[in-house]
Amino acid sequence: MELAFVLEKFILIVVVFVITLLIAMYSTLAERKVAGFMQDRFGPERAGPFGILQPLCDGAKFFFKEEIIPAGAHRPLFVLGPTLAIITACIGSAVIPWGQSLTMGDRIIELQVADVNVGILYIFGVVALGVYGIMLGGWASNNKFSLMGAIRAASQSISYELGMGLSIIALLMVTQSLSLKDIVAQQEGFVNWNIWGQPIGFLIFLVCAFAETNRVPFDLPECETELVGGYHTEYSSMKLGLYMFSEYINMFVSSALMAALYFGGYNFPFMYDLGLSQNWITIIGVFVFFLKIIGFIFFFMWIRWTLPRFRYDQLMNLGWKMLIPLALANIALTGVFIILKDKFF
Amino acid sequence: MQSLSNRKKVLVQKPMNFWERIYLPAIFKGLGITLRHFFMRKNTVRYPEEKRPYAKNFRGLHSLKRDEHGRERCTACGLCALSCPAEAITMISAERQAGEEHLYREEKYAAVYEINMLRCIFCGLCEEACPKEAIYLDGPHVPPEYLRKDFIYGKDKLVEKPFINVANLTSNN
Repeated sequence: MELAFVLEKFILIVVVFVITLLIAMYSTLAERKVAGFMQDRFGPERAGPFGILQPLCDGAKFFFKEEIIPAGAHRPLFVLGPTLAIITACIGSAVIPWGQSLTMGDRIIELQVADVNVGILYIFGVVALGVYGIMLGGWASNNKFSLMGAIRAASQSISYELGMGLSIIALLMVTQSLSLKDIVAQQEGFVNWNIWGQPIGFLIFLVCAFAETNRVPFDLPECETELVGGYHTEYSSMKLGLYMFSEYINMFVSSALMAALYFGGYNFPFMYDLGLSQNWITIIGVFVFFLKIIGFIFFFMWIRWTLPRFRYDQLMNLGWKMLIPLALANIALTGVFIILKDKFF
Repeated sequence: MQSLSNRKKVLVQKPMNFWERIYLPAIFKGLGITLRHFFMRKNTVRYPEEKRPYAKNFRGLHSLKRDEHGRERCTACGLCALSCPAEAITMISAERQAGEEHLYREEKYAAVYEINMLRCIFCGLCEEACPKEAIYLDGPHVPPEYLRKDFIYGKDKLVEKPFINVANLTSNN
């Protein structure tokens, strides 16, 4: 492997990592701002203009808090919990194509950390790992509420991964590829976006994404009103911060995934009709992609401050009795359409 | 069972129809409501920068008034202290010396005048009791302090700022 390639990928990884952390950081502020505005308030605006220094203050506060490990806790796993949560949240972004390619001299730089031909499987693997952080943390705390939260997280995650996987199968039948790069490249322009062909699949994926990121209305693993703090009841200081942070990173990655799979990723309408050079199209594409991601993040927050939490049995009913049959029907329907298209058009 | 009052209403919970069962229309309606609130005007008053005006009859911090020549009106009669239901007011009187006529209006004045703002209930009875129109509760509300002793306001905080005669100033210039 040549040095330039390694350097190029290294820079890309660092940039993606920094952007991920920055967006996660400012999601915490945006969440409070959105909450405020939807409740006819302004939200935090004391730290710096419009409160833009608030995330820094929150981070500093986390560092200064006392670090408590309960006496009955399993120490190694207690520390491993938040670590695993944040690592699995971060590595999900590796296969997401952030843009097309930049041409510098005779080098072509792909704006994707790793073009794995099993990209979607990789994402699912990482998502499945994500629940370990919560489970380990909840179990290692030696606390009933933490354990309940962890159990809920595990069963919820398993239930909704099924629906998510089935909704993706219908998408894969259309795209004929597991590589995220190919899937995004197919959705050129505006009419080729997968949302037009797979609206039901998108809806199922969206609902499951909410459940997988443990966001309202599926935040049963940490519901304050029933379980004190859920799986992170016993966590304090930066360990709690890491759990919180991993939730926001998850939100960012799943927003990116939804934008890439269903909303055309970096593609934007009339991208080849404006007579721009390839580099410019790529740069605008990256911005468009981030715009879509931010839109989805806003949607996550919008839903959070609109809907109440599901009851546990409602959650299971929705997952097993509604989403999975719907996803199966969607697969059958997609199959029928594909055959009809082959036969008659 | 038969209703005795004839006002009994039997409510039957209707089964939800298809659109209610899939919840999506209701969710979109809710999203619409929250989005409308997102763009609504906020009622927040950003306090230290922005202050709401007091009502006209608001009773806040006391001030000891001066007369039209800038002399203290208070004659230390003690009626305010007597009328005070919370016993927040204390004072020590003194006799006006020759040459102090420009400072105090009457022959007797309050050398020390203290109001304990933690005891005061801002009822305004001192204001009503005062025969010399020397005390009014026309200030803002009590600012916070760290120590209890700082809530005992002396004459330095209570007496009005020395009176400046605008007519004199303009004639001198």
